[in-house]
Formats: sequence, structure tokens, C-alpha cells
Amino acid sequence: MATQVDDARIIEFDVRTDEMLVNMGPQHPSTHGVLRLVLRTDGEIVSEVEPHIGYLHRCAEKIGENLTPRQWIPYTDRMDYLAGMNMNLGWSLCVEKLIEHELPEKAKHLRVIIAEMGRLASHLVGMGAYGLDLGTFSPFLYAFRERERILDLFEEACGARLTYSYLTPGGATADLPNGWLQKCEAFLDQFEPVIQEYHALLTTNAIFIKRTANIGVMSGEMAVDYGCTGPVLRGSGVDYDLRRDGEDRYTELYDGYAFEVIVQRDGHYPKDHDYPAVPKETVLGDCWHRFYVRMLEVVQAIDLVRQAIDRYSTASGDWGVPIKLTHKLPKGEVYLETEAPRGQMGFYLVSDGSSIPWRVRARSSCFCNLSVTSELCRGCLIADVPAIVGSLDIVMGEIDR
Amino acid sequence: MAEFFHTTCHLPAPLAYLLAAIIACVLIIHVVAVGALIFIWLERKVSGRIQDRLGPTRVGGAFGWLQTLADGIKLIAKEDITPKDADAMLFKLAPYVGFAASYCAYIALPFSDGWVAQHMNTAVFFILAVLGIEVFSPILAGYSSGSKWSLFGAMREAAQVVSYEVPLGMCVVVPCMICGTLNLVTIGNMQAGSFTNWLAFNDPFTFIIACVYFTCATASVNRAPFDLAEAESELVAGFHTEYSGLRWSFFFMAEYGSMFLVSGLAAILFFGGWHGPIPIAEPIAGVLVVVVEPLVNIGRYLLGFIARDIGKVTDGAVAIQIANLMGCLNFLLKGTIGVTVMMWVRWTLPRLRIDQVMTTCLKYCVPIAAFGFVGALFWQVFEVPTLNDLPSPIGINRSVAHESWVVEADREREIRAQAVTPSPADLPGESVGSFDSAAVDSLVMKGGAR
Amino acid sequence: MSGQNLVERLSKRFGGKITGSNLDAIDPWIEVAPGGIAEVCEYLRDDAELRLNLLNCISGVDYFEADPKKAAKAGWEPHMEVVYHLSSTFNKHTLVLKVMLPRWKDDVEGELPEVQSVAGVFSTANWHEREVFDLCGVRFMGHPNLRRILCPEDWVGYPLRKDYEMPLEYHGIRGR
Repeated sequence: MATQVDDARIIEFDVRTDEMLVNMGPQHPSTHGVLRLVLRTDGEIVSEVEPHIGYLHRCAEKIGENLTPRQWIPYTDRMDYLAGMNMNLGWSLCVEKLIEHELPEKAKHLRVIIAEMGRLASHLVGMGAYGLDLGTFSPFLYAFRERERILDLFEEACGARLTYSYLTPGGATADLPNGWLQKCEAFLDQFEPVIQEYHALLTTNAIFIKRTANIGVMSGEMAVDYGCTGPVLRGSGVDYDLRRDGEDRYTELYDGYAFEVIVQRDGHYPKDHDYPAVPKETVLGDCWHRFYVRMLEVVQAIDLVRQAIDRYSTASGDWGVPIKLTHKLPKGEVYLETEAPRGQMGFYLVSDGSSIPWRVRARSSCFCNLSVTSELCRGCLIADVPAIVGSLDIVMGEIDR
Repeated sequence: MAEFFHTTCHLPAPLAYLLAAIIACVLIIHVVAVGALIFIWLERKVSGRIQDRLGPTRVGGAFGWLQTLADGIKLIAKEDITPKDADAMLFKLAPYVGFAASYCAYIALPFSDGWVAQHMNTAVFFILAVLGIEVFSPILAGYSSGSKWSLFGAMREAAQVVSYEVPLGMCVVVPCMICGTLNLVTIGNMQAGSFTNWLAFNDPFTFIIACVYFTCATASVNRAPFDLAEAESELVAGFHTEYSGLRWSFFFMAEYGSMFLVSGLAAILFFGGWHGPIPIAEPIAGVLVVVVEPLVNIGRYLLGFIARDIGKVTDGAVAIQIANLMGCLNFLLKGTIGVTVMMWVRWTLPRLRIDQVMTTCLKYCVPIAAFGFVGALFWQVFEVPTLNDLPSPIGINRSVAHESWVVEADREREIRAQAVTPSPADLPGESVGSFDSAAVDSLVMKGGAR
Repeated sequence: MSGQNLVERLSKRFGGKITGSNLDAIDPWIEVAPGGIAEVCEYLRDDAELRLNLLNCISGVDYFEADPKKAAKAGWEPHMEVVYHLSSTFNKHTLVLKVMLPRWKDDVEGELPEVQSVAGVFSTANWHEREVFDLCGVRFMGHPNLRRILCPEDWVGYPLRKDYEMPLEYHGIRGR
């Protein structure tokens, strides 16, 4: 805390130290884009962190008031640009909820394949970038090696590698090309054993555990209080995953799929796979657990994609023809949240009866996850700030919209 | 070495000294400057391979071996920026301090038996002292940059390097204690023979000490996982945040110079210096000498330095120098292995936090080093058998090798004896393959560039 | 608990602070008076049966039509809505609350409408309310730190209001 100059005892008996205000960002290697953190530090100890956001504000909501829902799809890509597919999915479902559009069976399984692959791609970046935050460079490139292969698959499906605009209200812009499923399965077969490498390099690495265990501990109540969702919430031991607990329109995509929500229940994570053991020094809700949940979700996503491929290849119906570009929306308002890789991505759509929404609102998961930063970083060391912010796995595009 | 040129090749004394000095200079400059270039290239290649990519492939044809040179030219061409808030003089001075300190330490680093720029009896002490100066460079740079991140880097550097000097010093003391000398040439020579004679394998404690030394050395030259002073994920670039162009590259030259220095020091102190794991160099040199010695003799004849003893066999002096040359390569290889291990570690492990770095030093390295020191001490005092006592194929044993002051005294005595009886140099006449204790003594004596 | 029951229960407890409801909408909502939202939220959060402990989102919606022809057909008077989406991590149900506000306080242009802050009930509301304040121009009374969050501190106007016009210039940068 601030040393009081007029406190005679301190001047007399102690070395007087001054607090320093340091700007971490918006140009900083480990703030995941253009986040600016104002740190109030006393030496290496951070007494206060104030996040400043808005550097990537692109007025997506205002633009949404001037475009039809299908025209707004590319703008959703650019929110969480590491998981554009999941953003597409959220908005598509929201629009479909308003126009009460029912999807063919095959389109639902296609969405599961695409969404879970998107989750894979996103968590890979999250994992690699977290390694970067802690000062190890190699896992980042390993992660990108695999991510590139997912992007190759996406490119084959929709022609884009980052901003897909693939899933749209009504279904998808095109069916998966011939041979895509085989390639996808080949990728999964190659990828699954590689995860052990990541566990060896990061999850169970002694230095990694030292850097993340018991750092940035967040209780379940606190996580809910701050509106944290996704792996951040589940890393704190709250059993809540919209794929199981969400609205019917969303959960029906996952109807009949076998998956267990990745969360610690009674001191144990699901044991459906050979996961590394939880180290003793970790505390539920710390950075390590958030990372661990993400790693386990990678395995879970692989399982889900496998199941979805089986169902997709035998499902009836088509891949879902997109609605008209100027589809007239009924009057009303809907809110729908989906489980994006970084948490619950919500879209709120108010329509006045024309084909252009009256109001579009995107509820960003990272926005809420980031708001807890100043609480978590209080009293930590400077080196812990990237560790904590990295464990929240934020994407500024989604926060600033 | 000058002695070799003078007595064996019969060059005039000034020329002999000049030649010896040139060889020493070439070694230093090449190992430090060219070495830095090679190590930077190597780092890029090694990291590339570790990370499943190729690294540089184009510049200079195969393997991108000229990449560092291209980088260097780019860095020279870059604008040299001094921030407005910087303390201009200190800011400009800082890179040179580190650069100079790092290179200066090479003066006392022997590359082979007697191949050293300045033969010092206190070489270990000198190198540690000069390396200690290097820390001023980041501190000055961080302090004078006028940037808060640089200041953080400087403070971390100061705290870290100063702390790690303690266990580092304790580790270095152990080989000195066993060998009874601070003279690196003597320490290196005492490990001749098979690898069982290396000090790291002397007893369990020295092995522990060798590991601790390498850890502390990594920390003291700021390599990952201890590169907190330039931790890019926390401090942007730490103390060199504000530097650009050539000044920035000086920090890197110094870093890579120090990396090789501490690795070379590890090689000499713990891993046999210029001696190979199994003594094959001497026999090979013996074979080579059959080829080379006539050539040397012919050369001598042609050069006209034939006045006194044309055709006289050089008594193995050439063989010793050839063995030294191979020893030098051996040493460079060992140093490079050390550097490569540092690279491997860097590209594998996450970075520690500052408090954990200090904990590692003060709670682990210092006690372990102290424990190892005491253990090695008792091992010596109670004369517990060591691997060194094993019969070695070459028959050399540390117990017959003398401490440097003894060697010096012997040498003085011999010089005095020579003055009384003017006989030719007392080089051993036996073949190089079977040294006895006298041969070792003379080997050590011939060592310095005296 | 059915929607009707919930509305009755809330009305019984909070009386006039529950000002209306629409249970036929796709997402049924309950209207709360601007001064009672914090109380209602706290009750909804702590009630053993409801346990709506997660505040998903706070959105501001501006209902305003500049074109008088369209305004006549719109079917609403110009006003401002603040929409609260709540859900429960225990019972997996959701609830929508709405607060209706005038576009300007006391119809004085430039005076922001006021609503009670729920930042004391849900910490996540802190940033969400700042965003609504920033973009829609609603003042949250009792908010600990009501500053702009996405736009720069010295930005003029509230961009998501329907009558918003981009400034001509901002620090020498052309606006439109």
C-alpha cells in the first residue's frame, strides 16, 4: 500500500518505497491483443490492476442495427476471431429462435462437428498462448501445427481460414465436401496421442505447476458473481455447461451424445480418459485448474466430433439451406446463449418486424471473464499478471466487439 | 606456446612471441565473435528443430549458415535510437560494458594445454570477477533507459545475478580445492586420461556440484528458465526494451559470449577440459607426428633457420602441439555441447517467477552447493578412493600431477640447473603414448605462453 | 414455477415495484420499476427456490423513431429499456427482467435516465452497466465507478441511441 510520507516511523526505520504506475499494454506481448492493464506496483508486487478495454471496439452492435441477420454473420466471425465458427453458431441459433426455424437432422450434426472442431482450434491457441505467457515458446508452435490442420479442414469446407461465415441462420452455406469426414477422422487419430506431449510440456511440468498452482484462485461463488463462464467457471468447480444445461434449441444439437461436463466433482475430474493426475499443490479455481479444464475439453471435443461424424453420415435431411438474405423477421425479442470455447456467448435480438433487427446485442464471455482480473490480481507479483490474464484466455475482439 | 616456437621451431624470440600472441588472439576473437555468430545461428536452428520447423534455410546457401551475418548487417543498418528520457551517456555505455566484460574474461580461459592468452595462476578467480562486472551492463541499461519496464529488468538482473554468484562461487571452489590451484591450465591437465579422471566423476559430491554449477551458470548468464531480466511475456523486453540496432546486438554478443564462457569453464572445471573421454588424441598425435615432423623439419630448412641443429628430432614437442590442437577442438566441442544444452532447456521449459528464482538460489542451490563442498572436502581429507584411482590406460593419475606452485618451483629449479649445466632442453625422449609423472610435469611446464 | 406464479409471488412481495409482465413472448419477461431492480435481483438471487445467481447480460435498448410516419406505426412511445438476463447455475432456468425508462430524465434532453445499479448484487453488473451507460446513456445510481468503458473517456454522445450522430471530428480525426 501507499507509504505515507508523513508517517515518521516509516521514514525513520524503513526504506521508503514509492508506488509506480505501469502500463501493461495496449502494446505488450502478453496481453492477448490490445488490452491495457494499469498496474499499481510496489516493486514486484502488484497492489492494483485496472483493465482498460475498448481499443478494438468496432461498433459491431451498431452495425448490426443496419444489416440483416445473415449480413451480420461476418461481423460475428470477427468477435472471437479464434473461434469464428462458434460465434456463427450462436448468432444463427438466436435468429432461428426468433423465426422459429427447425433444422434438419443432418444440419444439427454438421453444426456439432463444426462447433467442436472450432472449440479444438480455439483451445489449442489458448493452450499455446498460455505457454507463451509463462515464457515457453515451443508448445505454441506445436499447438499451431495442429491448428493449421483444423484450419485446412475448415478451408475445405467453407473457403476461409479465419473468418468463416460458414454456419448461418437456416443451416450452413454449403455441405461438407466429399472425403472431408475421412480427413477429419484422420486428423483426430493423429491428434489424440499428441495431447500427451502437451501434458508433458505444460500440464505436468514442474515449473508450469509452480507458476500456476495456487495463483489467481477464484471460488465458485466468486466466479458466478462475476459472470465468469466456460472453462473459467468450470475450473472453479461449478458444474454448468450450456451444452447440457442450456436452452432446448441449443441442447437438442447434443441430444443423445455421450459426454460428461468437465468439472471437478467430489474432488475428481471425469475419468473417461487417461488424464494426468491433479498435483497436490493446486487449489480448485486456480490458473492450473482453468488450464486443465481446457485441456480436458480438447479430449472431450475430439470424442464429440467422432460421435457427430458417425451420426452425420447416417442422418437424414440436408445440411440446412440458409434463410433468405432479406428474410423478414417477426416482431419480438429473443436471447440465446451458447457454449463457445471461452464461455457463454449470448446474442440478444430485438426485431420490429422488418428484415433488419432493431437492436443487436452480443453478450461476450471474455468481457465478463476479464472483469474479474482486478480482483484476482490484487497482491500478486508482476509475473503472475500474465499468468492470470492468460488463464482467462481472453480474445480482445470479443471483449470490445 | 612461444617457447615451442622459439626452442623447437627456432624462430627468433620476438617472432615466436608474436606468433603465440596471434594464435591466442585468433582463438579469442574467433571463439567470441565468430562463436557468437555461430551460436546465434545454432540457436535458431536448434529452436527450429525443437519446434518442428526448419529455422533459417536460405542465406549463404545450405542451412542458412550466413543468417546471423545478414541479421548483423540489418542491425548495423538500423537507426540507433536513444529515448528522450534516457540518460544518454550511460545508455550508450551500457552495451559496451557487458560486451567488454564478457570478452575480457576470455583472456584467462585456456582453450588447450597452454593455449591461453594470459596464463594466470588465478584464472578461475579472474574469470568469476570479470563475469561479475557484466551485471553492470543490464543494470546500467535498465537504469538509464528511462523506461519502467527496463528498470524492472535491471532490478531483477541485479537481484538474480548477485544472488547466483554465491552458489556459483561455491561450486567453482570445489575443483580448485581438489586440484589445489586456481590455475585453469593445471586444473585441466590434472584431468588427463580417461573420463573417470574428470572432476565431475571424482566423487558423488563433485557430480552434484557440477549439476549445481551448470544451473547457476545458466542463471548467471540470464538464460531461460532464468531469463527474468528480459522476460518478454512480463517486461516486454526487460532491460533492452529501448535498445535498437547495433547496441542491441551487443547485448546478444555478450550473452552468447558469456554462455560459451560458462560452458567452457564447466568443461575445464568438471569435464576434463581439453581431454577427451578416452585418451586417443595422444596416440593419434603420435601418428600424425610421423607425417608432420618431417614437414616441420623441411620447413625449417627452407626457411633458413638451420644454423644450429638441422635434422634434429624435435623430441615430441610437435606432437604435444598437435595434441593441443586436438585438445582445443575437444574443448570447443565440450563448450558447444554445454551451450546446446542451455538452448535445449530454453526452448523446453517455462520461465520461473522472480521469487521462485531467488528461492531456487537461496534455498536449494546454496545449501546443495555447501553440502557438496563439505562432502567433497571430507572425501579429499579422508582420501576416500575415487574413480581417479582406477588404473588408467594412459597411466596418468591426479596424485602424480603436481599443484601449480610445485610445478613452478620445479621449473625454476630446472632453469637454475640449466644455468649451471648448459645442456639442451630436458624434453622427455620417450614416445608420447606413455607419459610418466615427469612427462606430465614437463607438459604442464610447457603450458604457458611464457 | 410457472411464470404466472412467479409474477404473483413477486408482486406480493414487492408490490408496486413489479410494474408488468409479458408471459407470451418467446422469452417471457417481467417489468420492474427503476427503483426496485436491485431489491428484486437480490431476492431472485438469494431465494432458495429460484437461485438466479448468474447475471448473463444487461442490455440497453432505445425505442425511438425519428421519422414521424414510421413512429406512428411503431406501436410504442419513445422510451428506453434496460434488459436483465438472469439464469441459475443450480436450477438451469432463466429469467428476463426489464426496466422501462424515459429517453431523457424528466424529458430534458441531455439528462440521462436513471435506474438503480445492481453492481452490489452481481459484481458482473459493474462492467455491463458501464457499457450500457457508455453506449446507451443510462445512468446507474449507486454504481461504484460509472465511466465509459468501450469509448474513450472524452467521447461525446451515446452511440447506440437511435438519434445518435457521429461527431464531425474527434481529436483532429474526421468522424463523418
